[in-house]
Amino acid sequence: MIAGVIAVVLLLAVAAYACAGGTDYGAGFWDLVAGGAERGERPRRLIDHAMAPVWEVNNVWLIFVLVIMWTGFPVFFQRAFTAMWLPLALAAVGIVLRGAGFALRKPARRPARRRLYGAMFALSSLLTPFFLGAAVGGVASGRVTAATTASADAWANPTSILFGLLAIATTALLGAVFLAADARRFAAPELDGYFRRRALAALVVVAILAVVTLFVTHGDAPHIWHGLTHGVGLVFVVVSALATLATAWLLIRPSGAWSRVTAAGVVASAVLGWGTAQRPYLIPTSLTVAEGAGAPTTLRWLGLVTLVALVLIVPAVALLYWLDTRGELEGLTDADLRRQGAGDEG
Amino acid sequence: MHTAVSLLAGAPAQLLPARSLMAFTLASHIVLVPFGVALPLITLIMHGHGLRRNDPTALLLARRWSAVMAVQFAIGVVTGTVLSFEFGLLWPGMMGRWGDVFGIGFGVEAWAFFLEAVLIAIYLYGWRRLPSRTHFLLALPLPAAALLGAFGILAANSWMNTPRGFSLDPAGHPVDVKIWKAIFTPMFGPEYWHFVVAMLVTAGYVTAGVYAVGWLRGRRDRYHRLGFTIPFTLAAVFTPVQLVLGDSIARQVFHKQPVKFAAMEIVWRTDTHVPEYLFGRMHPDGSISGGIKIPQLDSVLAGFRPDTRVTGLTSVPAADRPTATQATLIHWTFDIMVGIGSVLVVLALWYALVWLRRRGLPASPWFFRCAAVAGPASVVAVECGWITTEVGRQPWIVYQNMRVAEAVTSTRSTSLWIMFGLVVVVYLVVFGSFLAVLLKMRTRWRPADGTKGQGLPPAEGPERETPEKETPETDTPYGPRSAGSRP
Repeated sequence: MIAGVIAVVLLLAVAAYACAGGTDYGAGFWDLVAGGAERGERPRRLIDHAMAPVWEVNNVWLIFVLVIMWTGFPVFFQRAFTAMWLPLALAAVGIVLRGAGFALRKPARRPARRRLYGAMFALSSLLTPFFLGAAVGGVASGRVTAATTASADAWANPTSILFGLLAIATTALLGAVFLAADARRFAAPELDGYFRRRALAALVVVAILAVVTLFVTHGDAPHIWHGLTHGVGLVFVVVSALATLATAWLLIRPSGAWSRVTAAGVVASAVLGWGTAQRPYLIPTSLTVAEGAGAPTTLRWLGLVTLVALVLIVPAVALLYWLDTRGELEGLTDADLRRQGAGDEG
Repeated sequence: MHTAVSLLAGAPAQLLPARSLMAFTLASHIVLVPFGVALPLITLIMHGHGLRRNDPTALLLARRWSAVMAVQFAIGVVTGTVLSFEFGLLWPGMMGRWGDVFGIGFGVEAWAFFLEAVLIAIYLYGWRRLPSRTHFLLALPLPAAALLGAFGILAANSWMNTPRGFSLDPAGHPVDVKIWKAIFTPMFGPEYWHFVVAMLVTAGYVTAGVYAVGWLRGRRDRYHRLGFTIPFTLAAVFTPVQLVLGDSIARQVFHKQPVKFAAMEIVWRTDTHVPEYLFGRMHPDGSISGGIKIPQLDSVLAGFRPDTRVTGLTSVPAADRPTATQATLIHWTFDIMVGIGSVLVVLALWYALVWLRRRGLPASPWFFRCAAVAGPASVVAVECGWITTEVGRQPWIVYQNMRVAEAVTSTRSTSLWIMFGLVVVVYLVVFGSFLAVLLKMRTRWRPADGTKGQGLPPAEGPERETPEKETPETDTPYGPRSAGSRP
């Protein structure tokens, strides 16, 4: 019972990371394909400006996912990290390069340096979600078992590759949708159209990849296929499809204020659909939630810690996003860091 | 409580690369931790001072420290994320068996860190638009969030040193988990306070050191005086406290982990009237060469009496204790840490005496030279303390319950070595760039300050020969309003 609750918490945390972190990786994706230094200058500045206050928070979700995994489901954590060693190790390296690249690009002034850090940031924004997606694909297709070692076939298989590509496409979608809204917020209307066009393109790719993935799971991950085509899993698939249509409809018109909600809905319900399709397994057909669960005392405490933390975190995160969407958060500029006026000296 | 399996000979080949990778990434990350834990507090003190006295210099310092914090915190986030990945990538055996016993501390830490990330984002990006009072008040919970985060990590680490809160079933698996006992293990209290104060002291000395260097170069304005005084005072106040806490944790180790204590003090045979060695080297046969021998002192330090019985390394089988080389290593790191701490106490006393007599900073350049070195020295002390506690635990990953060799991943050692090489290169680039960015910030700020400084050389200083070509950003690129236009 409590194990099920914690499994739901884990799934929700994964969904939150997919949405928040995904938006963040997506911004990196569009940074990568923004073109040469001159052509890409305006979108890149928007990306920098829009992401800076929230990117760390977006990525802290991942730490929470890992902690719930090893505290709540230690065996699951052990198996996943043993079998998916390579993609997860590469994802970790990608996370370092990405975060450092982004943080260092801002204070760097020389164009060559900015380009280097920018490339670090953008390229790893592409690779990290791919490897994380591939690892999830390996879990979903049941390739992670107690006996699996870190071999390539655990993650170089159709489901993993498609999950990886799907991860990239969804981050691109989220990134573009949020950046389009940010462009309106920062009164850069030409970038609104720029990112809405890209969001639509990404949406089409997501839809195609999703359909392909669904059919690949039919043969490659039968348990998931069954879960996605029956019961609650099917409901989430339908919701996700409807959200896709709604997003497309909202993206065609200029004032798509709700497109962010629907785009997040696409991703979140897809993640929830995958999670419910796996029931009752953590790793399909080799490890159930009950088998993988840690000590019940720990799970209860983990639930309590989560509850207490939610009371603290939800208002804080809401405040942060609220301030950010109202444009109240801005980085310090050189002008703020210089001494102004006389009478400053003692 | 005794060991299950003994993997005596033939440590797996993955062990060395896995330990090297873990040690390297942790050693890098721990350099940033003092600033993650204590720099927000120091900045807030400066900020509060500036608001109360309406002092633009203090506010400028707080803003600049925020700009540094923005970069440092980001790199801390990513290097910390790597560590959580490494629990699974390198030590799946430990997490698989013990994750649910000691993981709850990380649960607390994850949420505390979440809160810290939110608050720090609001603080760093709130300078321009938020009303100044709201901005300051929103940041006030930051030090508490940082303390809570450290609580989680230290709970996990002290559990690895003195594991409690479970019993073993016949198969050697932990059952009957008692969370409260698993968090508040015997080593938790001493480790926690020793660590938190170390972070405070280190962040204070490093920050003050920057302005001590400026002071030595003749920049003796109010800006430098303030930038030096607040962090240095904070660090100096806590330095003697740290001496007491450090002494107490050493005695706790003596009681709770006697074999680790034996390695720290290179004690071979259990005995009374044990001498204290300053440095020196232990050989595999237990003999000691070099070092300064002080008769009786180790027994006195451990139990206040020369006839205190100190447990020696040979009290347990060779496979259950650190090797002679490891013992020598942690004996040195322990002595270096204690040495640095003692010198810093002298420095703090010097500062206090001059302050009491003249209500001002010491005039001697030697004081500022020492103060400038105090920052790097305390970072060294942090590294030494960390090595002492981690290497002293060997060969156990969960003290007396699981060996490091049992926990290590089964991934091929070649993959691990390649990963190690990759991570070293990436970290060198990242930390190198971080340092370059910090230095760049300094040179960018300095010319802007240069026009009015008292002891400043005219503008053709050697470091000013290459003026920046780029025009500084005076405003953010987008936004309906420009800075300061808040109604």
